[in-house]
Amino acid sequence: MDFELNEEQRMWQKTVHDFVAAEIKPKAHEVDENATFNWEATRKMGPLGLLGLSIPEQYGGSGVDAVSAAIAIEEIGWGCGSTGLAIAAHNGLGTSPIALYATDAIKKRWLPLVASGRAKLGALALTEPGAGSDLQGGVRTKAEKSGGEWVINGAKMWCTNASIAEYIITLVRTNPAGGSRSLSMILVPTNTPGLTIHPAEKKMGLKGSPTHAVTYEDVRVPLENLIGEENRGLQQTLATLDGGRISIGALSLGLAQSALEAALDYSKTRQTFGKPIAEHQAIQFMLADAATEIDAARLMVYRAAWLKEKGRPYSKEAAMAKLFATEVGERVARNAIQIHGGYGYSREYPVERIYRDARLMTIGEGTSEINRMVIARQVLLSH
Amino acid sequence: MKIITCIKQVPDSEAKVTAQNGQPSWGEAPLVINPFDEYAVEAALLQREAQDGEVIALCIGPDSAKDALKHALAMGADSAILVSDPALGALDSQGAARVLAAAIQKIGGADLAIFGRQTLDEGTGLTVSQTARALGWPLLSFAGSIKAEGGKITVERVIEEGKQTVSAAAPAVLSVVQSIGEPRYPSFMGIRKASKAVIPVWTLADLDIAAPAPVVTRAELLNPPVRDQACEMLTGETPEAIAETLVEKILAEKVL
Repeated sequence: MDFELNEEQRMWQKTVHDFVAAEIKPKAHEVDENATFNWEATRKMGPLGLLGLSIPEQYGGSGVDAVSAAIAIEEIGWGCGSTGLAIAAHNGLGTSPIALYATDAIKKRWLPLVASGRAKLGALALTEPGAGSDLQGGVRTKAEKSGGEWVINGAKMWCTNASIAEYIITLVRTNPAGGSRSLSMILVPTNTPGLTIHPAEKKMGLKGSPTHAVTYEDVRVPLENLIGEENRGLQQTLATLDGGRISIGALSLGLAQSALEAALDYSKTRQTFGKPIAEHQAIQFMLADAATEIDAARLMVYRAAWLKEKGRPYSKEAAMAKLFATEVGERVARNAIQIHGGYGYSREYPVERIYRDARLMTIGEGTSEINRMVIARQVLLSH
Repeated sequence: MKIITCIKQVPDSEAKVTAQNGQPSWGEAPLVINPFDEYAVEAALLQREAQDGEVIALCIGPDSAKDALKHALAMGADSAILVSDPALGALDSQGAARVLAAAIQKIGGADLAIFGRQTLDEGTGLTVSQTARALGWPLLSFAGSIKAEGGKITVERVIEEGKQTVSAAAPAVLSVVQSIGEPRYPSFMGIRKASKAVIPVWTLADLDIAAPAPVVTRAELLNPPVRDQACEMLTGETPEAIAETLVEKILAEKVL
């Protein structure tokens, strides 16, 4: 067994950490407070390779291994949950379906552009007012062929990055018969007539990562904009979400790490009863639990990424890593507030923001409950 | 254009350096590329982008200094060379200059040899000028911008009195300051290349020189004396009363 990162991964971790410490973390408060996306840092991410984690070098990406991709999202999350979510969604959801399934022409047209940092990002629209975890039966947005084009009608909800994206990969019903072979992915440029991106949702946290409702009214795109196979959209989506789970797990890890560091700093300086609170057992227990749980979560996230990289089945491990890491993120952030006392509840301290940011992670890209279902199904099957 | 960028590995700027038995110690702090040298690498890469050519990173140090060279490779340098020899234990700046000059000659010379303005550890800022002298090349120091045209190197020097434009014929030795531009972050593609790179190690025998005898030796290294500080909070009925007590204290302590 080998628990060490290789040299490439170590150098990458240090580079991303330094980048995030200088360009992202100092802006995290402002980004959340003003609900603005951090374009300035995002522009600089292109040359580093942070916008092309899932994109092969030949299409302008960095094509990093799955562990390095997890490390990148973990580090960005350590600096800012909002930026982390937008970049995770761009890489994992907005570009990987194209890298995996699209035609060479589509890859050439879009991937170098969105990996460069000079353009907007990528987005994926799955959820609908009546379809969340149950995409197969729930998706009502439909695409019909007409005159060499797809004509799309319907509505999507909770689309991360829609307003900061060049295109939205849209999961649509292409076979009215239903069933597991009735959905397809279609790339819709955001400047297509008939596409409306509604104002950003007002959320509890992650305010610097815009989330939108999107509606499609007779939106026409060329037939060539189909991503992958017609009527194989559900399978492509589920495979994409497996990777996304590692990413959200990694993002939660970064948030948890950041909350723990804030709690450590605070507990060493804040004095009660004549000594720093870090010397009180009640505080130490919370710190010890946080450090232990983060360590376990990190091992699970990296293990799932490692399996993915090896080309081995990783669906169960990714679900476990996401379930555990996101719940750890919430717990650690909750206790970090507890350690800060009243100050922890103030918007002047970062732990309050981290807590709000961490809260989404047990919901987005597969709720804890769906992950438990995925795990239970596999555990029961294998026994 | 052939550009050699001379870099050094130093303790991280957050390291607490202390004297331990007459030797400097930085505890467990990581070693990094000298932050001033990142500007030298950036300057070299900017020149390569403007002129075409190659950038070679050169460093003297133990085997661990390969990490600093790999940082330069990850930023975009084409190749790297480490000069390492057990006989190079206590190099002063002049000794380092002689070794660097010998290595630059073994590389086959260059159009430019670019240094950071100083190192974070020794901080003499002398090695660059001593290397220029050892090579017999002109020195253009504290460059904030560089222009190379038809064998002529023109730099804008950023100095205390203001800016000064000077030029010299290539080959020349340069030191650069921050205004050259923020060093770029390494890219994943650069890191991939750097982590696979096999960095050649040259010994003094390869350079065909003996270990230069130091002209400056350190007689003693001591920690600065510990300052005895005490904090006293002054109290009083009114701000005026507190101020009066403060004045009395200041006069009594002969601060004024």
